[in-house]
Amino acid sequence: MSGVRVLVGTRKGAFILTSDAKREKWDVSGPHFAGWEIYHAKGSPVDPDRLYVSQSSGWFGQIIQRSDDGGKTWFQPGTPPGEPTTTPEGMPLAESNKFVYDTSEETGAPLTTHQFYDGTQKPWVFKRVWHLEPSLSDPDTVYAGVEDAALFQSTDGGKTWHELSGLRGHGTGPSWQPGAGGMCLHSVILDPSDPGRIFIAISAAGAFRTDDAGKTWKPINRGLHSLYIPDPTAEVGHCVHHIAMSPSRPNVLFMQKHWDVLRTDDAGENWHEVSGNLPTDFGFVIDVHAHEPETIYVVPIKSDSEHYVADGKLRVYRSRTGGNEWEALTNGLPQSNCYVNVLRDAMAVDSLDSCGIYFGTSGGQVYASADAGDNWAPIVRDLPPVLSVEVQVLK
Amino acid sequence: MIRVTLPYHLRTLARVEDEVTVDVQGEVTLRSVLDALETQYPMLRGTIRDHVTGERRPFLRFFACEEDLSHQSPDTPLPDAVATGAEPLVVLGAIAGG
Repeated sequence: MSGVRVLVGTRKGAFILTSDAKREKWDVSGPHFAGWEIYHAKGSPVDPDRLYVSQSSGWFGQIIQRSDDGGKTWFQPGTPPGEPTTTPEGMPLAESNKFVYDTSEETGAPLTTHQFYDGTQKPWVFKRVWHLEPSLSDPDTVYAGVEDAALFQSTDGGKTWHELSGLRGHGTGPSWQPGAGGMCLHSVILDPSDPGRIFIAISAAGAFRTDDAGKTWKPINRGLHSLYIPDPTAEVGHCVHHIAMSPSRPNVLFMQKHWDVLRTDDAGENWHEVSGNLPTDFGFVIDVHAHEPETIYVVPIKSDSEHYVADGKLRVYRSRTGGNEWEALTNGLPQSNCYVNVLRDAMAVDSLDSCGIYFGTSGGQVYASADAGDNWAPIVRDLPPVLSVEVQVLK
Repeated sequence: MIRVTLPYHLRTLARVEDEVTVDVQGEVTLRSVLDALETQYPMLRGTIRDHVTGERRPFLRFFACEEDLSHQSPDTPLPDAVATGAEPLVVLGAIAGG
């Protein structure tokens, strides 16, 4: 019988929640990496027991952890147990934690500056990995979206990382600026129909696409309108919070921008707003039903000044029409005195026949629905603030 | 034998429970002690000093013999008491918040 494994990253460690396909009874393991911030954890779609985790700390920097047994044991892939701990020249390893912008003449791009909050220019400085996206075809290949914004790739199971510098070197870097959480590359979407095509999004630069596996990139922000930047329709500078795609229709993407929910039907060439009757179109998460590509989910947040749900009610909004017409999903969710946020990587969908939807809150709850959002129940209620949620279906 | 005291999170990362000891060939300085520490515990590379610049991470401090050594040159000899193992070099996470 199949089951599901939910990977939860929190401010104070990672948790793994497992259940059978009914998704009623859950086992909880963790905290893994107790006390560390886990911005993201995700499994390989090719080898579900291969998990990658971004572990970080303001004090001690970035650590990449890997499991090859579904989270029972972990190791840093650059320092595997039992192998030499230094190079033949005596240099320490731990290369898996090393994210260095590529400025080489052969493959790199010069390290330029980006805009700071006050409009001055600041140099690019690596801070942390926000998102890990394992390849759709190779368990040893994984992408890392980082702050300050750049995309890295590993082709050796996370042992070493190399920047795909064409993105940072796109030329618009000086006009990119940090969002409230930092200047982060937080969304990485791989096109299942075209190995060369990758979509990414950066706060606050916008969405970009490559069609040549990361060598060159183009901004795909036509149709975005952001009142908080000098030119509301600028090519870059938009605070895109998250993007999502249905694997069955890779040219259709949905976006939760700082304000506004949008969609594109031509792989990002043009976007249009589909906020429709949402009570507020500010928010962070957006996701697509596993089997119904026009069914999408958001969690509206009151405003960018009040990062919690509106009216004290935790409501997931679902559109079955690809946007514009939204219904509130509330069964099993608190409808009074609730003031949580749901962050950009904290929603996921499973691919079981009855699509499961999962999300985690800043209050430490992880909610699950086994019926596409009609009914919800908490898996756990009292974790540290949730930063990310991913789900795997296990055969 | 040089004694080094690590903050909790670096002890868990290095999978040690207590103070660690390292051997240093030649002059005992912050640089030579941290080089030896990172060779013995490679998972700590990048967590105390930046991977590329080798600079101390901003929220970490180095203390020994009741002195703050955080801002001295990494090539300055450490106190004799550290070099002889009488006192540990303390790597400390600076407290933020309250």
